[in-house]
Amino acid sequence: MSEQGVVAAHKAHVAHEAHHEELGFWRKYVFSVDHKVIGIQYAVTGLLFLFFGFSLMMLMRWQLAYPGAALPLLGKLLGEARMPGGTMVPEFYNELGAMHGTIMVFLGVVPLAVGGFGNFVVPLQIGAPDMAFPRLNMLSYWSFFLGGVTMLVSFLVPGGAAQSGWTSYAPLSVIAGTGQTFWLIGMIFLITSSLLGAINFITTIIQLRAKGLTFMRFPFFVWAQFVTAFLLLLAFPPLEAAGVMQLMDRVAGTSFFLPTGLVVSGQVAHIAGGGNPLLWQHLFWFLAHPEVYVLILPAMGIVSEIIANNTRKPLWGYRSMVYSLVFLGFMSFIVWAHHMFMTGMGTAMATFFQTTTMIISIPSVVILTALIISLWGGSIRYNTPMLFAVAFLPMFGIGGLTGLPLGLNVADIPLHDTYYVIAHFHYVVAPGTIFALFAGVYFWFPKATGRMMNETLGKIHFVGSLVCMNVVFMPMFIVGLHGVSRRLFDGGASYDFAQPVLHLNVVSSWGAWIMALFQIPFIFNFFWSIWNGKKVDQNPWEATTLEWAAPSPPPHGNFVVVPQAYRGPYEYSVPGAPKDFTAQYEA
Amino acid sequence: MEIPYTVEVRPDTGLTNGKIGIWLFLASEVMLFGALFASYILIRTGAPTWPRGHTILNVPLATVNTIVLISSSVTMVMAWASLMRHRFGTYRIYMGATILLGGVFLVIKYFEYSHKFETGLFPSTSNFLAIYFTLTGLHMLHVMGGMAVNAYFWGPGAKLYKTNPEWFINRVEHSGLFWHFVDLVWIFLFPTLYLL
Amino acid sequence: MTTDHAVDIDKQVRIYITVFVSLMALTIITVAIARLDLPIHLAVTVALFVAIVKGSLVACYFMHLIAEKKLIYAVLALTAFFFVALLALPVITHHDGFWIHGLH
Repeated sequence: MSEQGVVAAHKAHVAHEAHHEELGFWRKYVFSVDHKVIGIQYAVTGLLFLFFGFSLMMLMRWQLAYPGAALPLLGKLLGEARMPGGTMVPEFYNELGAMHGTIMVFLGVVPLAVGGFGNFVVPLQIGAPDMAFPRLNMLSYWSFFLGGVTMLVSFLVPGGAAQSGWTSYAPLSVIAGTGQTFWLIGMIFLITSSLLGAINFITTIIQLRAKGLTFMRFPFFVWAQFVTAFLLLLAFPPLEAAGVMQLMDRVAGTSFFLPTGLVVSGQVAHIAGGGNPLLWQHLFWFLAHPEVYVLILPAMGIVSEIIANNTRKPLWGYRSMVYSLVFLGFMSFIVWAHHMFMTGMGTAMATFFQTTTMIISIPSVVILTALIISLWGGSIRYNTPMLFAVAFLPMFGIGGLTGLPLGLNVADIPLHDTYYVIAHFHYVVAPGTIFALFAGVYFWFPKATGRMMNETLGKIHFVGSLVCMNVVFMPMFIVGLHGVSRRLFDGGASYDFAQPVLHLNVVSSWGAWIMALFQIPFIFNFFWSIWNGKKVDQNPWEATTLEWAAPSPPPHGNFVVVPQAYRGPYEYSVPGAPKDFTAQYEA
Repeated sequence: MEIPYTVEVRPDTGLTNGKIGIWLFLASEVMLFGALFASYILIRTGAPTWPRGHTILNVPLATVNTIVLISSSVTMVMAWASLMRHRFGTYRIYMGATILLGGVFLVIKYFEYSHKFETGLFPSTSNFLAIYFTLTGLHMLHVMGGMAVNAYFWGPGAKLYKTNPEWFINRVEHSGLFWHFVDLVWIFLFPTLYLL
Repeated sequence: MTTDHAVDIDKQVRIYITVFVSLMALTIITVAIARLDLPIHLAVTVALFVAIVKGSLVACYFMHLIAEKKLIYAVLALTAFFFVALLALPVITHHDGFWIHGLH
């Protein structure tokens, strides 16, 4: 660059920096490009959607426990169209079911786990001043926000929100009401948000890591977010394409997913035909299988950080965990049709997919085992984040192990689309991922606010949630093994074979409603502690990773002095060291 | 607060943030169009009959469009090369040509589509037309997007050349990568839909 | 450093022109072959081959992939693998199923 160019560039830089001081309220707190603000925006929005999605489920659980009974008070408020006389119509049940799944996965867990924790923690943990593309980051959040608004607005359109399951299988989804179109448009916003975010995470982790922070010195959380970003980047686009095609089927009259000879309510459909409903399933599950790893990997990352910190020991088998993580991410792209075993698949391809599915369970087990072994011989501190992190282990274990028969073609036959499946995946996501997310909130709250959350309230939240999660989901294995299908409006009440297990629906429902009560201490704790929590300095947990070198909360630009990594991420209880932890950033 | 490696490369990777970012984006686009090609393959192989492209579509017009798009790829890379040679005026000419050629592509597509509609051929008419309109339609949206970005770098965005020429050249290169990708997709779309 | 760039660029520009001419020629060729109305399997193979050659020229020279860094190659290799899986597995699964039902 010429000398004039250098001078000009410097002048521009200085002018730019000066301009920084004058950011108004809107640019500072609403349309911020600071990863910490964006992370908090994602986290709060995600938490709100989690509670909303949970509320939808609590409504469903009334119908499942007491099919056809009028819901007192709330029933009248939901209107005659959906709850005539306070009793639920089947269409509303389907609406609740489809939107519960959609909201929990795409508006709750992923935004909180990736958008929230990823955005806030990753730049700090790698010693970076921000993400590589701050403006793109802001765009990601607002794209997600628009997607969320679209999904919420869909409840208000004629016919209500989407009601063809979160899986939106054709041809039902194609002939469904307007709400489904909103679902598709909402998904396009959400997918765009995730794609832009993934680009940001991968670039940031590779390019902006601090001096001395090699890949094998990354905190496991960073590795988890790194692999997750690749899953989002490469698996989401096919669903976006499928969404466009379903929109074309719905709006432009195409027949991508509509077979020849389709008859709807006794009328032959006036369509070109020749489409394939299974095409939708392939494209949907191409995303949705890696998506479940998007749900679990950040959680494994969070749990890893907290376990290392609260055992005062390095993680056992860090290298194996990293290799397993990368292998898991790779395999996740070639297992998807285990969701389609019942679609008339031939034995060759069924064998292929069940083999890859069995193989993918290995890295999962390696990671879980390493985390369990990490507890052995540790000086364990039982604070709230640690309680949630440790509980994650057996809960994820149950979820993971119960997935194995589902992944085997023949064993799947009696289990497919039953409550067994619901129990399996909820164990992994609910007392699995969501517990890890709770743990993460308690753990990183002091970094974000400079204050601790209350321990007593935290422990009440923990015990109540742990018990209730098991009360809700354990009986579902039994109900499913008894043959009761999922998505049944009456929970199986109209089937003779289901009669012996129907009482378990009541148990699950009460578990869910009581679990809601146990979230109150958490919600109260969260807000109360922002202003009244015990004030702490930069490293209250005596942790080793780079984010604890920054002030609590970190300023714009994160670090007063740019940190450097001098060692691995989990140098706890190093023999001969003055303290029981040696920070990664200490010279 | 400045983000490092926006303009200068990071020594161990040899790359700028933007270069990685644009290739990651293109990787996702490969999967997006890949899904549509996968759909095309599944639908076509599952269909009892399938028309040969030239029986329904206008091959000469599409051939012209192919030549137009390839030419615009050349002018795009020449625009970047001009910047590397510090010839801003020449850059402007080549970038302008790229945008213009993109416009020609769109005009030809407009004639193609409107002729289809006039003769009663819509996406709903058959699966061949459904996948044709969807693939070329999505591609067309990408052409428009690319043109918009290029127009920005031809016009208001060009100011950056005065204050930070290296950053500007990088951004033009990245925008060029997107444009070449759009050309690349067409190179596969054209034979698939029109010639087979 | 600047002079190095200028010399590189002159060579690059000559390459661009060569590639442009090749792409034009290949376009004419692929359209001409299509007029021969070959049996479909042969037509697909030839058309795909020509498209791959054209695409490679654009990718390697216009997009400078021939001289890119390893990281970019790694990302693209990963993408290529999943791209092939996406294109191949659904159609293979579909035909495996049809075969077992004897509908094919």
